[in-house]
Amino acid sequence: MQATLESYEPIVGRQAIDELRFLAQRLQGRSVLHVNSTAVGGGVAEILNRLVPLMNELGIAARWEVIRGGDAFFQVTKKFHNALHGQPASLSLQDYRAYLETNTQNLKTLSLDADVLFIHDPQPAALIKARPQKGRWWVWRCHIDVSSPHAGVWGFLKKMIELYDATIFSAPQFAQRLATRQFLVAPSIDPLSEKNRELSEETIQPIMRKLNVPLDLPLVTQISRFDRLKDPMGVIEAFRLVRKATPCRLLLAGGSASDDPEGAQVLQEVRDRAQGDDDILILELPPNSPTEINAIQRASTVIVQKSIREGFGLTVSEALWKGKPVVASAVGGIPLQIAHKYSGLLCRSVEGAAFAVKQCLNNPAFAKRLGENGREQVRQNFLLTRHLKEYLLLMAALEHPEDVILL
Amino acid sequence: MAEPFRFYTRLTLKETTGLRAISLPQLLKFLRTVPGSVIYHHTHHYLQQHQYLTPEPPNDFAYWVSDILGDKELGERLVSIDTISFPSLRALRERFIETIEEHLRKRPRLRFRWVEPEQAFHFIRAVSVIFPTPYEAVNLAEFARGLVAVTIDSLYYHIFEARLRLEHGSNDFSLWFKSLGEEALAQTVARLDPYTHTMEELRQSILRMIGRRLKEAGIS
Repeated sequence: MQATLESYEPIVGRQAIDELRFLAQRLQGRSVLHVNSTAVGGGVAEILNRLVPLMNELGIAARWEVIRGGDAFFQVTKKFHNALHGQPASLSLQDYRAYLETNTQNLKTLSLDADVLFIHDPQPAALIKARPQKGRWWVWRCHIDVSSPHAGVWGFLKKMIELYDATIFSAPQFAQRLATRQFLVAPSIDPLSEKNRELSEETIQPIMRKLNVPLDLPLVTQISRFDRLKDPMGVIEAFRLVRKATPCRLLLAGGSASDDPEGAQVLQEVRDRAQGDDDILILELPPNSPTEINAIQRASTVIVQKSIREGFGLTVSEALWKGKPVVASAVGGIPLQIAHKYSGLLCRSVEGAAFAVKQCLNNPAFAKRLGENGREQVRQNFLLTRHLKEYLLLMAALEHPEDVILL
Repeated sequence: MAEPFRFYTRLTLKETTGLRAISLPQLLKFLRTVPGSVIYHHTHHYLQQHQYLTPEPPNDFAYWVSDILGDKELGERLVSIDTISFPSLRALRERFIETIEEHLRKRPRLRFRWVEPEQAFHFIRAVSVIFPTPYEAVNLAEFARGLVAVTIDSLYYHIFEARLRLEHGSNDFSLWFKSLGEEALAQTVARLDPYTHTMEELRQSILRMIGRRLKEAGIS
């Protein structure tokens, strides 16, 4: 069931909800359209699913459209995605043509009538061709890190992106210099979603039993897909350093790797590395397991995110929201979520991760304080209501180019 | 008869300028030319982001210089720049520039110290959106009720933004108390150092002061 704005009040406070209403009152009559490339799965769809109804509740007529494309199109946009992350890419003229043709096809079927259009990520970026007939303000919302992209792909996209009125990036270090305004809006988590809502011990315990995760020892957990960039091997090494002096158990939980050949290989390597060690548990979770993830996080003593590379790394906020001490690599958007020794611990090596985990296990009072500060940090900065507020502010900023806007 | 006090609020959106510095000379160069809204962001956003914690030194320049570039001495001098003593962002900016210039004269080799690109200082601008709340007061008791109901963003607007960015001369609360003839209250509130309290503590301090004043006047 869709949560209403009111249901966020116990979490963010009456005043914050009122403020959203006062702001929205100043923006009445505007219509908004979000366009992305997937209706289910992935962080963008997860957020839009919640954000669009809340905008409507605030009196902003908001819609969400999804572009359609064939396999060829999505293969090209997958290549775009990797190339924008800086990986080598080879794209043919045909690839670029397939991309543009799909966008042109979508222009025929999508209804783009709205005052403000938020176009998410590269897949639908070429819809900007509909301008100036459609839409008043066009905003390109980039959810990925384009700080060191493949020059050819970025050059191709940049020409389109600079036709937009504004862009949004998740963090300044993910952005590029562009001839258009670049706003900064961090992503968010929904505290009422199945993955983040409060769970009672009566709910958590049976789930952990069902997953065969005993809780007789402190539990150190990393939840992420089996991917080298998430460094599961490094987590095992760190765990082994910790366990020399402090009894504990490691849980590596991630999505099933059955349809991902590389993931399956990493999973096998992880199993080999952990073989014969009863204190290392490896769990393949079914694709849609938000309650299980929630329960695992809440049952953990320390949560680790030892990524080698990361986008914004919103899983860190999910863990912090459970009030847990988090040990995470200082990469991507993670340092924006964790102030070292304040709302979590940052690390840069296996040894550093091990030391930080030990600190948390051996000093429960310190760990508790990190967890509490971490939860507050998320409450202030990374919840859906803040995200919603910034989208509304952006609408005001589009109409007023000045630095101080009186609505 | 004084005008009623209307509580406004102000929310901020961040906009990156695309400018970044990896050395002190670069930091200095951009400090001289960026808009005031950039100086405002880097000296004030801490107050809001970490408002639930004991306030941090409210400027990013100090943090970057001491923790990223690794010059603790200059970092300390930048931390101790007393934001509240400057009447305008221009004056505040000048002090940052002078402090860095002076330090570079003393330690010229620091010019050649730089950080990795991913540790660059990013210059960010604060876009402020100001709008009225429904809360209005014609006397101190109503004012106290309004102060309880508004968000810390409203306090932030009337205390920081009004004084430094909009150059109203003092904080809006003190200006209004003065117009009510409440000189002593106006002065006490103006003397509060908002940079060494969290916003919530600030709200409570002001409420206590108003409470005392109402008690003195026999209104409770």
